[in-house]
Formats: sequence, structure tokens, C-alpha cells
Amino acid sequence: MAGKLNLDPEVVAKARRLAERAGGPVVELARSHTTVSVERAVLRLAGVHGADSDGIPWVNRLVDAVRADVGLGHGVSLPVFHAMRTTGVDDITVLAQKAAAGAVRFGVPEGKAEATAARRAAKRATGDGLKLVDRRRAERDRLIKRYGDPRQRPWIYLIVATGDIYEDIPQAQAAARAGADIIAVIRSTGQSLLDYVPEGATREGFAGTYATQENFRLMRAALDETSKELGRYVRLTNYASGLCMPEMAAMAGLERLDMMLNDSMYGILFRDINPIRTFVDQRFSRQVHARAGIIINTGEDNYLTTADAVEAAHTVTVSQLLNEFFAHEAGLADWQLGLGHAFEINPEVPESFRLELAHALLARELFPAAPLKWMPPTKHMTGDVFRGNLLDGFFNLVGALTGQGILLVGMMTEAVVTPWLSDRDIALQNVRYVLTGAGNLHEDFVPAPGGFIQQRANQVLSEAVDLLDRIADDTLLNAIADGTFGIMKRPADRGKGLDGVAKHEEDYYNPVTEALEA
Amino acid sequence: MTIIRPYGDTTGDGMVQLSFTLPVAHDKRAEGAALQLAGKMGMDPAMLVHAKQMGDGFTFFVVYGKVNHLVDTDKVVVVERDFPLLSAKEVNAVIKRRLRRRLNVVGACIGTDAHTVGIDAILNLKGIAGEKGLEYYRELAVTNMGAQVSVPELVETARAQKADAVLVSQVVTQRDAHLQNTRAMSAAFREALPEGKRPLLIVGGPRFDELMAGELGVDRIFGRGTTPREVASYLVHALTGSAAR
Ligand code: B12
Repeated sequence: MAGKLNLDPEVVAKARRLAERAGGPVVELARSHTTVSVERAVLRLAGVHGADSDGIPWVNRLVDAVRADVGLGHGVSLPVFHAMRTTGVDDITVLAQKAAAGAVRFGVPEGKAEATAARRAAKRATGDGLKLVDRRRAERDRLIKRYGDPRQRPWIYLIVATGDIYEDIPQAQAAARAGADIIAVIRSTGQSLLDYVPEGATREGFAGTYATQENFRLMRAALDETSKELGRYVRLTNYASGLCMPEMAAMAGLERLDMMLNDSMYGILFRDINPIRTFVDQRFSRQVHARAGIIINTGEDNYLTTADAVEAAHTVTVSQLLNEFFAHEAGLADWQLGLGHAFEINPEVPESFRLELAHALLARELFPAAPLKWMPPTKHMTGDVFRGNLLDGFFNLVGALTGQGILLVGMMTEAVVTPWLSDRDIALQNVRYVLTGAGNLHEDFVPAPGGFIQQRANQVLSEAVDLLDRIADDTLLNAIADGTFGIMKRPADRGKGLDGVAKHEEDYYNPVTEALEA
Repeated sequence: MTIIRPYGDTTGDGMVQLSFTLPVAHDKRAEGAALQLAGKMGMDPAMLVHAKQMGDGFTFFVVYGKVNHLVDTDKVVVVERDFPLLSAKEVNAVIKRRLRRRLNVVGACIGTDAHTVGIDAILNLKGIAGEKGLEYYRELAVTNMGAQVSVPELVETARAQKADAVLVSQVVTQRDAHLQNTRAMSAAFREALPEGKRPLLIVGGPRFDELMAGELGVDRIFGRGTTPREVASYLVHALTGSAAR
């Protein structure tokens, strides 16, 4: 897209350089630490499956057992595959069961030959998992070729959230038939804080449905049927967030999910998860997404629910630049970056629509090759559903005018309930009307040179550069501790899940990271 | 006047609008079914003005019509503000005079609910709708525990801070999560502390029914659009024995 905002390429380049400087130390932290969830994800890829009679997955039991014997700093791969050899157990899930019963002692292989053998076995087992991920990716490519991509941009993204996977499925299929290109199954309240992934098909979530591998599989299979029926590949989204981010990523790769929410700071800010835990988990999960060909969705929209969308507009830009840096570093390509931003300016503010246009266009021009995820008004939605429907129409119009890649459909009942069937239908009607009516209006939409929109976009960018400058000097962890993002203060030594983090020992080994970085 | 009816464009016309979905495909019978429902709800005559099928087996309806019900405004039951609305200055003065110490307030959003904007609006300096939050009040000592706080943690903190009042927020209401959490909270306080030592228990959130306080075992419920000043005034009223002057 030719520049419509007259952004100074030097300033844009500077912003990226600063994001790299600000993010660099965090990447170093991620490279030198592991977490219980990273190790569990490795075990999932190595083939450990199922859960004990209390519903605690065998990956948890196995990681806990290894940790109790030798700590986490070596990684679990060497101790586990060494134990497979010494005990002669050749099914890794069986080993996990024996370990849970206290029947296996773990140690780090001492001799060089033993270590090499363990390493080789670990590599082989996880390699099989990665091969499956590769197969799923090829399968997706094939299905897209067969059924086709959505005919229009933006792609239409819709949420289902009944709490019951068997209720979600018909709702998702109905939504796809009514025009949704992407179905997101939102997770149950509280899942983020579970340090394990529940097992099996589930029917009892609160304001969302538990993310389990079986639920992933069931929904993907149902949407495959619908894709066939509609002659259009319907994508499926879930969340790599919370304490099990890496495992969610592995499961998503294994079950051919197409997009995953994966934000560098969401868990820290909005679930009070420890910052270091999050950054370590995030890097690994993004590496897995890169391999799986999954498009990530970042969560900048959320900051604007706790901070003011005008005052804090530049924090969105800063976060997008950081998310982009972390994503590239983890191996994701531009087409995989659904960077988030949102229509959250108080509608009472004069020129609010013009400001929204400026912000949305800024994101578009800063990240020309990224799909961008355009998020609807939520905070200023009220019980006045009629006004809400109008706001959503304006939101859709900004999406059409600024060439957004993914449009999350806003609901007029946002402030009232998780969406009803009819809410979704009305919302889709709204989207269809605006996208069809506006057509290629973005071609004609060229802000006046030096006018309000150009000025505002440039102002936000320059505020973003200033903030990045400060963060680069003071460190990102301090900025997060100070409440820079979403006015949430999250110190690096606090928050949930820190006890699940360990610094790498000299001999740390992770066959998955090794393969993904090769 | 105490007897009223809905107003469309003429006094006494009783006109209302209603929308709903029935789990049937759209055809003549479906429209008849929608009208039957409207009739049973007291709309007579009912006019079906819109029907649209959604997916295979659902139809959305909009119905306009006249209701024959009368509303007696004298018989309306609501929780009315039964305490004077004070300024921050007055609140501080009353606490100082009656309590001779700062009044301790502990706030949290409990359970797995991570919505902090509501409780922050009440507690944080920044406040809401142009009103400063309780932290601004010199004579209130506020501990804001944030979100995702477990009931035992809350009870422990309330005890440690010698809380005079505990303020709890609940925003997620699906499957009655807010009611369950509130009941668990009030029961825990009852168990942990003897009557008389128990802090004043207040819950708030956009979807509470303010009339349910007794049933939920709390002293007061605040709903949508609550402002910090209302809460501060209530605290003073309930804890220092009523009126300001
Ligand atoms: C902002 C927001 C978020 C932010 C929260 C950020 C944060 N740190 O708070 C984020 C993005 C994190 C979020 C997440 C989720 N959200 Co949300 N979120 C909202 C949103 C858009 C606005 C809420 C808000 O901030 N309102 C503004 C405040 C000021 O209003 P308030 O809370 O009503 O508070 C006032 C009064 O109620 C009262 N009050 C409130 N508490 C208290 C306490 C006391 C003591 C007193 C006296 C008064 C009082 O005073 C306040 C000031 O007037 C609403 C939709 C909407 N427009 O309402 C959805 C909404 C609340 N979220 C919802 C859901 C489902 C979720 C998720 C569960 C989704 C998911 N499955 O992941 C997650 C939550 C996960 C979790 N563990 O809780 C649903 C709840 C549905 C329901 N009825 O159960 C809503 C209604 C959206 C929807 N339609 O689906 N959300």
C-alpha cells in the first residue's frame, strides 16, 4: 500500500531499532531459562498423552517427578530418555505412569555415550511429534487449496463461548454458514491460571469452553465438514495464553488449529502471571507456531480497556512493535502476525471516529505485510444495544477503509451477555452490509496531506518512539512493573507461576528448541 | 399518578417492542408461534414486524404490540439510597469525629474473575465519572488486592488489616458465578469471625440484583454505574451509626 500517512521512514526504522533494543534482554532471559510448561510441551510432542484418575495429565506427573529428583535446569529430555533406556520401558506414557507411582528414579546421564544416546532418543521421539505438526500444516495448505480462502478481506472472525463443546460445535457451524471465516473458541474463565491442561471433551466452562486437545480435535473436524459444505476453508482459533502457553501451542500444531491468540504481555497484565514465566513460555510457543504455520493474534486491544484509548494510543504501537520483534525472533513470518488494535475511543469524544481512522491506518502502514487484527468496541458498549449496533457499524467501516486483515465481529450485546445466536446474526448482517456497501472505498480514502489524520498518526508514532526510547534505557521489565501498559503494575519478581521457572544448567537440553532453531 | 402503562406515541397506548428467537425454521407456523408467545406475554394485539431464519432451525422475531398490564408505581420495590450522600470532606470529618481512627477498607475481585476496572473505579485515586476513588479520602485506609483473589486470601487480609469493610467485585455472571462466589465469601467470613467482629460485607458489579443482599449474606449490593462517593457515604452511614450531622 502506498503511504497515506506520510510517515517518515527514518522514524519508522528508529522505532524498530528501539523495539529490538528493548526486547533484546528479554529474549536473552527466554533463551537461558525453561519452565515446567515448556518441558511439558516437549513431552507432549514426544508422545506423552492422557491423564491420571484425578485428571492430572501424565506430562505434569512426569515433569514433577523429574524435577523432584534432578531439578528442572537440565531440561526433562535427558533424564527422561536416559530413564527409558535404563529401565527398559519403551512407551513414554508408561514411564510417566511408573514415575508417578514412584517407581523410577531420574538422573542426568553421566557418561558421554549415555548422554548422546539419551539425546538421540529424545530427538527421535520429539521429531515424530514435529513431523505430525508438519503433516498438519501440509494438510491445511491442501485444504485451503481445495476449498479456498475467504473471498473478501478482512476475514470475518467470530467468537463462540457456551462452555460446552457440544453446544459450541453447532453454533460455530451456524456462524460459518452465516459468513464467519474464522471461529474462535474462547476459553473458560480461570483456565489461564491452571498449571495443567484439562483432558478430554468438556461441557462445563464458565463464560468460555476449556481448551483441551480433544476439544480442539472435535471442533476442527466439525469445521472441516463445514468447510467442505461451504467451499471455503473455515479457520479455527484458540488461545496460547496463561500458564500453559507452550503446551497450547503444541496441541494447536498437532490438531491443525489455524490461529492462536499469543500476546507477549497479556498474561502478565491481565492474569497477573509472572513476567519471566510469560516471556520464556511465549518464545517457545511462538517457535512452535512458526513451525505449524499458525497465525498469531496479539492482544493490544486489551490495554485500551483499562487505559484510555486516546491517551494510551502510543502504548498500542509500542506493544505492536515489541510483539513484532519477539515474533520475528521466534521465527514467525510477517504473514503470521495478526497484530491487534481496537476501536475503543470513548464515543463521546469529539472527532472520535477520525481518531480511530488515524490509529487504524497507522497500524496498517507500520505493518504493511501483517494481517492485523481489528478489534471491536467493548469498553464503551453499554446496555443500549441499539447504540451498540451503530458503534459496531462505524467500527466495521474503519475496518473497510483501512484495509484490515482480520475483523473480530463486534456484538451489540457486548456489555450484557456472551453472545446469543441472534446477536451473532445481527452482527454479521452489520458486517456484511458495511463491507459490501463500502466495497473498495479504501482506494478513495486518502487523508488530506498535513490534515488531522496524518497529524494524529504521526503524533502517536512519535510518542511511541519516545516511550520505546525510555523503555530501551530502563528495561522492558521495569516498564511493565511501572504500569506502562494498561496501567497494570506487574513487577518481575511477582505474579503467578514464577516457581515453575528454572535457569538453564550448563547441560540443558531441549530437542524441540534445537530442531526449531536449526 | 400511580397507574401507568407503556408509551409508544400516545398516552396510554401501551405499546412495547420485543425480540426473541424460537428454535424452529421460518414459515407461517413459526410466525404463528411467535405471535402465540407474544399473546401469552400479554401483548394484544401483537404485530409481527420481522422474522428472519438463522441457520437451519432458528428464527429471530421482532414483535410490536399493546400490553394490557398496568404498572402501579406505588408498589415498586427497589433499594433506595437510605443514607445521605456526603462530600469527601464530610465523610472524612464524620470518621474522624465518630471513629477517631482511619476506617479500614479491603477490596478485591474474587474467584477467577479478572475484571478490575470496576473495583478500581471505586477504590483507586483516579475514580470514575469525575469522582475520586476511596483512596482519595484521607480517613479511609484502602487495601486493594486486585483480581483473582481467593476467598481464604481475602479473609486473611481482612483479618490482618482489621478491616471495617470488605468490598468485593464480581463481573462474570455466566452460570451464576457471581452468586456462588458471593455466597462462598460471606459464608467464609461468618465461619472465620464471630458476629460483631465481622466486617461490613459489600459486593458490587453490573449484573447484581440489589435486592438480593440478605439472600447472599452480605450487607449491601451496589450495581452498575455506582460512584465512589455513594460507597463512601454508605460506609460512614453503616459503620459510624448513621447521619452526618
Ligand atoms: C474490560 C473487559 C475485560 C478486560 C478486563 C481488564 C481488567 N483488568 O479489568 C479483559 C480483556 C481482561 C477481559 C477479559 C474477560 N472478559 Co471481559 N469484559 C470487559 C468489558 C469490555 C468492560 C468491563 C469494564 O471494565 N466495565 C467498566 C467498569 C467501570 O464497570 P463495572 O465493572 O460494571 O463496574 C461498575 C459497577 O458495576 C460497580 N462495581 C463493580 N464492582 C464493584 C465492587 C464494589 C465493591 C462496588 C461498591 C461497586 C462495584 O461500580 C463500578 C463503577 O461504576 C465487559 C463488557 C462491557 N462493556 O461491560 C466485558 C465482559 C465483562 N467480559 C466478559 C468475559 C466473558 C470475559 C472473559 C471471561 C472472556 C474469556 N472467556 O476469556 C475474560 C475474563 C477472564 C477472567 N478471568 O475474568 C463478559 C462477561 C459475561 C458475563 N455476564 O458473565 C463481558 C460482559 C463481555 C461479554 N459480553 O462477553 N474483559
